Amino acid sequence: MAITRGFTGRRARDPRLPPGQYDARDEWPVLHIESTPSLDTARWTFGIEGLVERPVSWSWDEIHALPRSRYAGDIHCVTTWSKFGMTFDGVSVDTLLDAAGPLPAATHAEILTHSGYTTNLPLADLTGGKAWVVWDADGKPLTREHGGPARLLVPHLYFWKSAKWVSGLRLLDHDEPGFWERNGYHDRGDPWSEQRYQGD
Amino acid sequence: MSAPTHRKTLRWQIARVLSVRDETPSARTFRLALPDPRPHLAGQHYVVRLTAPDGYTASRAYSIASAPSGDPEIELTVERLPDGEVSEFLHDVVEIGDELEVRGPIGGGFFAWPGDTPALLVGGGSGVVPLMAMLRHARSIGRPDLVRLVVSARTEADLYYAAELPGPETTVVLTRSGRGRLTAADLAPLVRGGEDVFVCGSPAFCDTVTDLLAAVGVPVASIRTERFGPSA
Ligand SMILES: Cc1cc2nc3c(=O)[nH]c(=O)nc-3n(C[C@H](O)[C@H](O)[C@H](O)COP(=O)(O)OP(=O)(O)OC[C@H]3O[C@@H](n4cnc5c(N)ncnc54)[C@H](O)[C@@H]3O)c2cc1C
Repeated sequence: MAITRGFTGRRARDPRLPPGQYDARDEWPVLHIESTPSLDTARWTFGIEGLVERPVSWSWDEIHALPRSRYAGDIHCVTTWSKFGMTFDGVSVDTLLDAAGPLPAATHAEILTHSGYTTNLPLADLTGGKAWVVWDADGKPLTREHGGPARLLVPHLYFWKSAKWVSGLRLLDHDEPGFWERNGYHDRGDPWSEQRYQGD
Repeated sequence: MSAPTHRKTLRWQIARVLSVRDETPSARTFRLALPDPRPHLAGQHYVVRLTAPDGYTASRAYSIASAPSGDPEIELTVERLPDGEVSEFLHDVVEIGDELEVRGPIGGGFFAWPGDTPALLVGGGSGVVPLMAMLRHARSIGRPDLVRLVVSARTEADLYYAAELPGPETTVVLTRSGRGRLTAADLAPLVRGGEDVFVCGSPAFCDTVTDLLAAVGVPVASIRTERFGPSA
């Protein structure tokens, strides 16, 4: 670690802030790289494919008919902002995976989106109440720049894993780096250990 | 079929500040010498990490302003944001001879111009930085005909790279002192069809420009945007 001459760091550290993060307070920065797609909920789908007993696909109405699940807590973006005390409503990924029946060989998931962006996750980071497909943020429908109509939410990891405009999961028996991971970002992205880039 | 897997491991390195110069009253360009230079593409960025004696760190992304040249040096242009932790430090404290920890180049493929295809570049504020790298690259390889750059700035004084910018490839739109905001009529004559379009600036600027481009018939799939800073 190289100390930077003259830098003391001005932000008082809040224990909820992982290292290197700042509190974005009322801002919710938008930092995705694609153009913002406009998706019609009438044609929106979410599917699970790959190493599953039954590939499943839900329409907008069908996914809303599943048991609801809420996340209330903090989110952290690799571009260094964090937001405290958000609430997101949607459905738990556990509920979705139960319907598809992951095969024992499945260890990882490739996250697919309607925009072509992809990201990868170990299955263990998507199960056990750690991940959601959400459509409301703080009680209001997700706006399209925040991934509306629905995005993945994996709040214990950096937010690039919480793919906007999510369209499905493909279960794999190996890790398959997604868009940012092929471009130097970390495969897992734990904010508390600052896993920002490959090699962290 | 699976996508080709290649992972780049980027190490932090300690760059030395070779020069600092004012671009506008609120933007400054830093020239850095890299001990471990790596080739970059126009459009890629570096991350600058500041570390306090107690271990607290702050890191931010800054686009490379200089063209790929094979030099072990890069330039970054940083806008000073009021109360911005890193940008204020870079403006107010950093001087020639200082050492800065950096990692890059980052941002392969997507927001990078390889230098051999027609490109329309539209930038606002500090969003012009990666686009300037593309223009510089096109000029240095003798292919300025490949790029068209539109820059939106508030006033003449806010224009980055003012001395170097003018040319047949560039259009400047001044929003305060000139005739107002960028319109579809500014962009329509610059669209050739088949080009890649790179849009960079604040989230609001990127969305406005994307809508204008779509209105003049540019396929949305050919538009790549890079958004800087908090949402408007
Ligand atoms: C790929 C990429 C490339 C980029 N390239 C460039 C570039 O070439 N040039 C450039 O100038 N920028 C660039 N940026 C933006 C840059 O990374 C930083 O976001 C910018 O410099 C601001 O950082 P900062 O530390 O100065 O401000 P921050 O401290 O992060 O603050 C950002 C804003 O939020 C406000 N703020 C911060 N903390 C708080 C708080 N606690 N309460 C209230 N308000 C707060 C500040 O007032 C400030 O206006 C790029 C960003 C990306 C993602």
